[in-house]
Amino acid sequence: MSAPKSERTAKFQVLAPRNLANSQQRRNLRKATTTIRDKRTRTVAEVDDWEALREAGARIKERALRHLDVHLEQLEASVTAAGGTVHWARDAAQANALVAQLTRAAGSDEVIKVKSMATDEIGLNDALAAEGITAHETDLAELIVQLAHDRPSHILVPAIHRNRVEIRDLFERELGETGLSTEPAELTAVARRHLRERFLSVGVGVSGANFAIAETGAICVVESEGNGRMCTTLPHTLITVMGIEKILPRFDDLGVMLQLLPRSSTAERMNPYTSLWTGVTPGDGPQAFHLILLDNGRTATLADEFGRQALRCIRCSACLNVCPVYERAGGQSYGNTYPGPIGAILAPQLARLKDHTSLPWASSLCGACYEVCPVKIDIPSVLVHLRGRIIRETSDGPASERLAMDAMARVFTSRRRYELAQKAARTSSRPLSKDGRIEARLPGPLKGWTEFRDLPAPPAQTFRDWWRVR
Amino acid sequence: MASALSDADRSGARAAILAAIRAATPDVPADEPATWTAEEPAGLAPTPHGAREAVWRSEHRGGAQIAKPLGAEALLALVAERISDYRATVTRVQDEGGIADAVGAILIRHDARHIAAPDDLPPDLKPTLQAVRLYPDGDPPLPNDQLSALDGVLTGCALAIADTGTIVLDAGVGQGRRTLTLLPDLHVCVIRADQVVHTVPEAIARLRTVRRPITFISGPSATSDIELDRVEGVHGPRRLEVVLAG
Repeated sequence: MSAPKSERTAKFQVLAPRNLANSQQRRNLRKATTTIRDKRTRTVAEVDDWEALREAGARIKERALRHLDVHLEQLEASVTAAGGTVHWARDAAQANALVAQLTRAAGSDEVIKVKSMATDEIGLNDALAAEGITAHETDLAELIVQLAHDRPSHILVPAIHRNRVEIRDLFERELGETGLSTEPAELTAVARRHLRERFLSVGVGVSGANFAIAETGAICVVESEGNGRMCTTLPHTLITVMGIEKILPRFDDLGVMLQLLPRSSTAERMNPYTSLWTGVTPGDGPQAFHLILLDNGRTATLADEFGRQALRCIRCSACLNVCPVYERAGGQSYGNTYPGPIGAILAPQLARLKDHTSLPWASSLCGACYEVCPVKIDIPSVLVHLRGRIIRETSDGPASERLAMDAMARVFTSRRRYELAQKAARTSSRPLSKDGRIEARLPGPLKGWTEFRDLPAPPAQTFRDWWRVR
Repeated sequence: MASALSDADRSGARAAILAAIRAATPDVPADEPATWTAEEPAGLAPTPHGAREAVWRSEHRGGAQIAKPLGAEALLALVAERISDYRATVTRVQDEGGIADAVGAILIRHDARHIAAPDDLPPDLKPTLQAVRLYPDGDPPLPNDQLSALDGVLTGCALAIADTGTIVLDAGVGQGRRTLTLLPDLHVCVIRADQVVHTVPEAIARLRTVRRPITFISGPSATSDIELDRVEGVHGPRRLEVVLAG
């Protein structure tokens, strides 16, 4: 299902132009993000103390992160006491191996899945396939992405880049349906028919978690379609893969989070279904429950005192919907599980910084993402912070930019050097200028700067020259 | 290819993750409380101006502390309006004596004759119509294929949230196990006036001690996965009928 590794870590500036050239996708995205933006604005305006709620959300999550060890141990104890089993996984390979092992032990070679960012992040479906286990996505958009052998492009609506005609054609090709209209209601009914039998027959469910309550052991999944209820209720075995940052200390914290999340993500007062379960309940739902606590770069992210705020993210995708760069470039340009502004600060931290050196530059720093973030992640500031870290810590960071800044510092501290530099720029740029612009790709260390930018040509007369003759 | 994890790997992962967390947070003072609450004294963690007060308001939003509490009738009107906004249908009856007849009328309207219900469904919820047959779910439970084939399910609820138009089931009396309200295509749910709270935090406070599975239901299932065009009715019950008594 997933693209080759090289595609997933390819640079934003390589992937974005391809997506920018896809005018159908750009139309789909613009329509979708405009709709959801307007709706969100209206739903949030109903809440007179929205800003206080955001503040509470930020503080609850931030404090939980600062004491993550305490809360994880408490969660482990609560879940175990309620009849569940807790596993720990340092990375994707360990988590995938655990899911495969638990699935086989439950006597199954297939699983039904609730949409989950964590399992996409670890490439679970491919890893299970390699072990001979089939993973069935049951969220409508994930199903579309899976059938099309495509990549998700949005946190909430992974097939947001596909329109109804494309989806109708896909269903006719892959599900053996004929004579379908392009009505979303009819296409949705196809998914209901297609998946109902699976829900009733597959013995192992796999989910992520939106929240996990340390003090009670309750796991919370927030969804719309009912596929989440199906997968967490009908199988005899349930495996939940959860990033360790999803933890909330107290049950009461849900009172804040369940107000923030739906309004920020689908712009509804409340999403259709929210499920909470605590370990195992005799006679109700799965009788075996496994919780896998996943690190996979989260503790490394925690070590950056400023960058760690990215771990507050509750995956609402409000930042994607307001981002001018996302709206044009599309989610697949970000080359990893988490697209948009949050992806640009999460991906480089969860993975190795040197694998995502271009993402922190995939932003105009306009700040819209910070304004809508329900847990007040200061995305623009973290972007700038990560730009600094990339330049300082990786060889792939624009080394020429560092050299240029050093040189500039020298030039700016001496009047003589400054005036000489201006003269040199004027003379040397003359052959490259046209109508006051430099559109040529400059050679050597300046290549990086001009590869994706035009420059204004230096003026014929500087302010200093003009002042002198005046 | 198979990479089975040994027990050593697994306990190693636990220790390594906990150690990594501790190593990553040297900036956290030893005496800082592990959880943040709106009541936290300002001295322990500096808060931006007004945040504590504001958050306190959030947790009590709609409560007597900050605003006039909604009158009983205003609360019921709000919950009816907000549930209807999700394209669920709300039938109001004056008192609990009217519930059974309202349920019967709804079932007839949907031509739903074969109805699942938890075996501890309160008697005043049961329609008295000859045409309707109730199938009690308990011990033994109804098989999944039978549940899927029935016309609908009838339950009570734990509580309802007016602000968001949400019904909460907690597998308590008259609600049954989760599968019961999941497989049938029609869900008829009865809310009594004293089960309605104003805000989400109030609901959470009432559910604090529940360890049974909890389901929040806000309208019928829905998806916006195709061009963000909302379609009601995907996998759960495609139709939600609510009877509000009181």
